[in-house]
Amino acid sequence: MEVLHEGLGELVGWHDPDENREFVLHNKSRALKDKTMTASEAVARFVKNGDFIASGGFGHIRVSMNIIYEIIRQHKHNLTMAGKTAVHDLDLLVGNGCVDKVEVAYSFGHEVRGLSPAGRRMVESGKCKVIGETSNAGYQWRFLAGMMGLPFIPSRNLLGTDTGKYSSCKVVTDPFSGKPINLIPAAYPDVAFIHVHRCDIYGNCQIDGIMVEDFELARCARKLIITTEEIIDNEIIRREPWRTNIPFYVVDAVIEQPYGSHPCEMHGKYFFDEEHMAEWLSLSKTDEGVRQYSDKYIFGVKDFDEYLEACGGLKKIAFLQKREAMRVPLVTPWRK
Amino acid sequence: MANNQTARYNMREFLAYTGSNLLEDGKSVFVGTGLPMIAGMLAQKTHAPNLLIIFEAGGVGPILPELPISVGQALTCYRGIAATSMHDVMSSCQAGFIDYGFLGGAQVDKYGNINTTCIGDHDLPKARLPGSGGANDIASFAHKTIIIVGGQSKRTFVNKVDFLTTPGYLSGPGAREKAGLPSKTGPYRVITQLAVYGFDEKTSGMKLISLHPGVTIEEVRDNSSFDILIPNKYAVSLEPTDRDLEILRKDIDPTGMLIGK
Repeated sequence: MEVLHEGLGELVGWHDPDENREFVLHNKSRALKDKTMTASEAVARFVKNGDFIASGGFGHIRVSMNIIYEIIRQHKHNLTMAGKTAVHDLDLLVGNGCVDKVEVAYSFGHEVRGLSPAGRRMVESGKCKVIGETSNAGYQWRFLAGMMGLPFIPSRNLLGTDTGKYSSCKVVTDPFSGKPINLIPAAYPDVAFIHVHRCDIYGNCQIDGIMVEDFELARCARKLIITTEEIIDNEIIRREPWRTNIPFYVVDAVIEQPYGSHPCEMHGKYFFDEEHMAEWLSLSKTDEGVRQYSDKYIFGVKDFDEYLEACGGLKKIAFLQKREAMRVPLVTPWRK
Repeated sequence: MANNQTARYNMREFLAYTGSNLLEDGKSVFVGTGLPMIAGMLAQKTHAPNLLIIFEAGGVGPILPELPISVGQALTCYRGIAATSMHDVMSSCQAGFIDYGFLGGAQVDKYGNINTTCIGDHDLPKARLPGSGGANDIASFAHKTIIIVGGQSKRTFVNKVDFLTTPGYLSGPGAREKAGLPSKTGPYRVITQLAVYGFDEKTSGMKLISLHPGVTIEEVRDNSSFDILIPNKYAVSLEPTDRDLEILRKDIDPTGMLIGK
């Protein structure tokens, strides 16, 4: 096949499919084992400096925030992150100097809340490098190729644009139609973390609502940390196996953390904490503000439960639950 | 809109209303964050109750009760027909199930190419913007793409976008097909505070479709770095009714987070 264009983006997280099969053979256990541990243990064991990491959910939706805070608490660094609509998670990690390279589909913004002061400052000053561009479907399909055990997947997006030019894709002539077609390289993140509604001690997970990219991400990540609102009995999983979105054999760690997506949303359970988001968006305008935030909410607390207390505890949680059920009106304190 | 216009509505309300008018009942629309969501909601609450709204994170066919902050939150499948995944909705989009793609843009050129990635050099930008998100995909795959640019000016209507994030007609007629993009796709309308534009069939360049009430051709020209084709015949954009405005203010965006107060 003739290569028509070759993207300038750095190819991160790609492995030869046979090499990855070897990795799976020796590292992903098919034995039913109790994988429960603390966030601190999971991050110490599975997140290495220099890793290529990916966070589940979407933007501010169903994000494994307790792992994000733990990565910062353990001062992990030189991480490369999948900016697959990575927003608040990425912003905190970039602002705190943990992530210094990003492959961007959508990053450095908070949707209607505005642009991200911390992420933008780090990129515009050269402290954080954008190593490649892609689109949301472009990233999604990197994970799809990975979970299928393929080197790439063909697609018809990114063609003709600078997004494609700065991606790690290649354009070839499709041998069937004779038209140019984009080839998206597989991605196998070194470690991914996904927050779910419930799972058993082995890592069989149920997610309510949209899956976003987590079906594929869970299956292509080399190491997968699951955080869950609650741990349920394996019998409940087996009673309704069609509800299992992520099976245990792709999971490496299970951490039970109620409200573990805060300040992000958890479909059907609790809303975004807009007051907390406003505080971050305001503080993160300066490096000093980022330090203040992290001292208060990350280094000043010993774990996520203490963090939740600092954010307003049960009273705040009750409000966010009512807001998710639309029983109280929306507040938008980040508006100027 | 000119400042001497009636103060019955503000510019953002007008943009949302104008966007909603382009959407038809019984069709599908893939909406991006911000004003496109409001336009889709208003259409659903007025002339297009069976508008199939699709969100990139997997929300399909919701009946939206309030304005989502994010294109991924639970509301995006509220009373919907499916809560699926990005792979599902993006594949459907690539396979041709999406009639309208609806996007916002920071910078646009005469071919409807959009920049939402950076201002200045890519590797050390003057301003870093969020990037494509789902925009490149939507504009590659939807049969017709609608773009809202809130502030048309020489800085936003540019001769050359700093970074071509999302494809319009690329370098002109036939360029999309030559690049391998799905055939017969591309930008359909651009909505700004001054006018609604379409694209000339022969040159693929932007052309005037309708001027907003009180706006002059000179204002349209003065607020663009490129020449906009002005046909002999063009319309005046419709204005929202009091009922439309009430729905926008009371039902859709009561906090005014997107349409302002």
